[in-house]
Amino acid sequence: MVSLTINNMPVQVEDGVTILEAARKLNIDIPTLCHLELHDLKMVNQVASCRVCVVEVKGRRNLAPACATQVFEGMEVLTHTPTVIKARRMVVELILSNHPKNCLMCNKSTDCELQNLAASLGIFEIEYVGQMSQHKPEQSSRAISRDMNKCVLCRRCETMCSKVQTVNVLSAMERGFDTVMGTAFNLPMADSTCVNCGQCVAVCPTAALTEVNNISKAWDYLADDGKIVIVQTAPAVRAALGEAFGLPPGTNVTGKMVTALRMLGFNKVFDTDFAADLTIMEEAAELVHRIKHGGTIPMLTSCCPGWVKFIEHQFNDMLDIPSSCKSPQQMFGAIAKTYLTQKLNIPLEKMVLISVMPCLAKKYEASREEHKTPEGVQEVDLVITTRELAKMIKEAGINFASLAESDFDDPMGASTGAGVIFGASGGVLEAALRTAYEWITGQKLEKVDFTSLRGLDGIKEATVKIGDMDVNVAAASGLGNARHLLECVRAGECNYHVIEIMACPGGCIDGGGQPYHHGNIGILQKRTNALYQADRDKPVRKSHENPYIQQLYQEFLGEPYSEKAKELLHTTYTKRELM
Amino acid sequence: MKISTVQDLKNEYQKLASLLALRREEDAVSGKINKREILVCGGTGCMSSDSQEILANLRQEINDAGLQDTVSAHISGCFGFCEKGPIVKIFPDGVFYIEVQPADAREIIDSHIKGNQLVRRLLYEDPANPGLHLARQHEIPFYKKQLRIALRNCGLINPESMEECIAAQGYQALGKCLSEYTPKQVVDIMKASGLRGRGGGGFPTGVKWEAAYVQPMGKKYVVCNADEGDPGAFMDRSILEGDSHSIIEAMAIAAYAIGANEGYVYIRAEYPLAIKRLSKAISDASDWGLLGDNIMNTGFSFNLKLQYGAGAFVCGEETALLRSIEGGRGEPTTKPPFPAQSGLWGYPTVINNVETYANVPPIILRGAEWFSGIGSEKSKGTKVFALAGKINNVGLVEVPMGITLREIIYEIGGGVKNGKAFKAVQTGGPSGGCIDASNIDTRIDYDNLIALGSMMGSGGMIVIDEDNCMVDIAKFYLDFTVDESCGKCTPCRIGNKRLYELLEDLTQGKGTPEHLDKLKTLSQIIKDTALCGLGQTAPNPVLSTMRYFADEYHAHVHDKTCPAKVCTKLLNFVITEACIGCGRCARGCPANCISGELRKMFVIDQAKCIKCGACQDACPKQAVARQ
Repeated sequence: MVSLTINNMPVQVEDGVTILEAARKLNIDIPTLCHLELHDLKMVNQVASCRVCVVEVKGRRNLAPACATQVFEGMEVLTHTPTVIKARRMVVELILSNHPKNCLMCNKSTDCELQNLAASLGIFEIEYVGQMSQHKPEQSSRAISRDMNKCVLCRRCETMCSKVQTVNVLSAMERGFDTVMGTAFNLPMADSTCVNCGQCVAVCPTAALTEVNNISKAWDYLADDGKIVIVQTAPAVRAALGEAFGLPPGTNVTGKMVTALRMLGFNKVFDTDFAADLTIMEEAAELVHRIKHGGTIPMLTSCCPGWVKFIEHQFNDMLDIPSSCKSPQQMFGAIAKTYLTQKLNIPLEKMVLISVMPCLAKKYEASREEHKTPEGVQEVDLVITTRELAKMIKEAGINFASLAESDFDDPMGASTGAGVIFGASGGVLEAALRTAYEWITGQKLEKVDFTSLRGLDGIKEATVKIGDMDVNVAAASGLGNARHLLECVRAGECNYHVIEIMACPGGCIDGGGQPYHHGNIGILQKRTNALYQADRDKPVRKSHENPYIQQLYQEFLGEPYSEKAKELLHTTYTKRELM
Repeated sequence: MKISTVQDLKNEYQKLASLLALRREEDAVSGKINKREILVCGGTGCMSSDSQEILANLRQEINDAGLQDTVSAHISGCFGFCEKGPIVKIFPDGVFYIEVQPADAREIIDSHIKGNQLVRRLLYEDPANPGLHLARQHEIPFYKKQLRIALRNCGLINPESMEECIAAQGYQALGKCLSEYTPKQVVDIMKASGLRGRGGGGFPTGVKWEAAYVQPMGKKYVVCNADEGDPGAFMDRSILEGDSHSIIEAMAIAAYAIGANEGYVYIRAEYPLAIKRLSKAISDASDWGLLGDNIMNTGFSFNLKLQYGAGAFVCGEETALLRSIEGGRGEPTTKPPFPAQSGLWGYPTVINNVETYANVPPIILRGAEWFSGIGSEKSKGTKVFALAGKINNVGLVEVPMGITLREIIYEIGGGVKNGKAFKAVQTGGPSGGCIDASNIDTRIDYDNLIALGSMMGSGGMIVIDEDNCMVDIAKFYLDFTVDESCGKCTPCRIGNKRLYELLEDLTQGKGTPEHLDKLKTLSQIIKDTALCGLGQTAPNPVLSTMRYFADEYHAHVHDKTCPAKVCTKLLNFVITEACIGCGRCARGCPANCISGELRKMFVIDQAKCIKCGACQDACPKQAVARQ
């Protein structure tokens, strides 16, 4: 333990702790901007580049960045002397002197860390004005929009992209005043190895990186009388949407969300969880097929489009490993635009399918060439994120928190507990095990909770006894962890049968399209808990027991992994270069 | 040749020492000279003035004259007197020829070597006594007050000869450390010597080594910072070009002291000659068994690699340099942890600059006490300065700490060029400051320079005369740091840019009294908050010029004039009575704002004048004045 004083108040902290952390023990929140520490996700952005958190340390000739300065025995820290206050304000003023002032018209307005910081420091005037950066906004990506004029060079995106996700798309380029976060050779994001996971967006303090905004397109569809607009909502959306309306994190708002979607004008409100159950049917069948016919083992899940693009670039020698199953979003689209059009008697050209996703990569996934119906129509027409849905609900003046609950529409609104846990890391695997167990053994699985596969750990492993067989499974979330597992598989050192991978740390609950956590990682655990609670609350908890799924196979698809199922619900992967 | 024991190394020295005998006899020559050696400067500066051709011609003449057995010609490292290069020096008579041309080779051989007659026209003429030619190096004022420790072998040995390196006691200090001292004792010697880092900060070298020494055993690194980036400074390049082995030897000593086995030299790719000579030296030292595994069978191993820098100034900052070696973007990281605790790839690392290392072998051989006897109370030893700017003797000088600015500028440097008035001297490069005439008797050491608002830096020393505008000078340096900022931290990336813009306003006549307050306030906050040394010291040129030349700032702001007549926006170009009416000014004017009749005085229309100065350049009678 180390003893020090902060503002003349004694405090004892562990060795190696920073001034910032020590001050929190005394209820002093030293303002920060670039700093971001997501403990459970092992993400630390400690570049000390913004210099907002400077404090005085006795005996030191200049001010110290509290976020990156470790305490020492006898240290004397002062956090709000006139020198500190003046320096801190000046640093923020300098940042603002090179930042657009159109906050009123900014995507991040009221959700911007820089805006909040300026407000909390009471900055009403900028004395030092001068040249401002003139970067062109970059809109090539289907998922991520870049406006580098709003970048404060906190480098969080770089840390996330390089250290956590190991994708290495964004890094600092040029120097001095021209420094800018960019791609190698300034390639458009769409041509880079970006996997569209949107974790850079999730940690960006300003609107330098945001989702590609599809709100106005969604309104246009809803206003078009010639269209029948249906919506699917991903599992993780319901666990986070309430945060945008002041509800406590972890509140399951499924019923309110359905009500709100109807109020917005969607003709039918369905659940991607239904397609998650369908995915389990196909994936479990594919696994059984692979085991029986000597196919490639391990089999990797393929629900996550960020992860799919990652393997296409980074491990393009291993494209036979992922399951050929489309993701639930695309399976939903494939069924909606074939089976559902018949069932509800909606002409294909009139049907518009909008997805509400916690994810930015889903925007990209929906646009992939191979995701078309046999008639050549895109399976999913538009993807909006949880954040965009929240904005639409606000725009429509709907008092979300007070809404009554209502149910999804049939037939694609019914789901099991297995479908809802797709939104958390380990959930797909757990859902698959519930079905695979019963299919392989022919016996009823009594204990459906595979708790060792739950939680925010980056890599989780389990060995499950299914009949006489020990099935080794692993779940990785975060692409750095995925890389670790894949390298292990490539080297032949891992003996897994099934691996679940989610690009975002913690799974879809931490997707790039979810309400901003602003570093409060406790929120993620609460969202996760909400999904497992929803699972427990479901009367049916195994995908193959979903009566509407059974009906779908009886009426339309035949058997799981049938030719028809393969045509509609399975896909192929593209070998992409690592630049 | 393979040296397999420390005793071998000593024996080899005894055997080879005679190689330099002629060159060491310099002062003891009398009577007839039978054997001679000619050294031709092979530094980058003299080589770009054809010194290789001089050498080739000299060798041709020697051959043609049949003198191969008694006369030889070699290259050497830089002599430092770059103003007067190319330099050719003849031993043992110690005659120092300047500004030699390739065509002079014949006369040197015919007259000096064969005829024992000095070539008078190639000798240095004392400006104080016109007509007095000084033949010997040590008679020339430029060299009189110099004391060469770091540059001891530059201009003495052939830098590409391993034998001459050994003859100059090369690697004897390493041998001494390996055979007589424990690592702790080496650290203690360095601490006792008082040597401080020559790269800029002036941190005590021994303390740095100790900090790495006390780290737990395991992988450690030794790094040489040869990323010399201060504009005008070239002492590190000269040392590497003239005496690479001293750096290799010193790095091996440092490695032994801290327990490292691997080292890197981070060297600018723009230094091809230094790279070539250093690479050869590494290869020779490895061949001789003085680098590599189990050196001289002592159990100590040391391997050295080169890493090229791409010319970013900030990579001279030690943490940025380490990131660059690791393959990352050259950006500084927060200290602590210091490199000695967590450096290259997270391992304890000692990083010193070239000149610092060059002092190490003499300290080991001659003792800490000898070294600490030189210099001032808190700054021991010597410092190499690169003299430049408005000074007569541009070049590299090594002087004891504690010498005054006046001695360097007037005695060694020969005073201000063209008889102009001395205005200031800028020390420490872009991070340093300007010191005015009232402080010219200050004794130079780390602490005195900092007290004056400047710093030692890597030893750039640029003389500024009455024709320089101090606001413009401050702007010039800030332009450099703004350009070279890595862009990582806010105060440097944006703050220094804003400082520059304020200065720009001043030089364009847009300055207000508020500008001056803003300059001071922002400068202080940048010093307090920037992440690395580059950012923290960038405002020094502004603060120091504001401190010593407040009247010039005042004139720019209040009178909208530039007293030195540099800032063109604050000037009017006026045609004076000396005009002969030739009309060249009018023809050269891009704004077509000069009119007049031939043979009568021309007039500039001030309303249209864009103040480009083309008229002044075009006028044959210097009739265009800046007012």
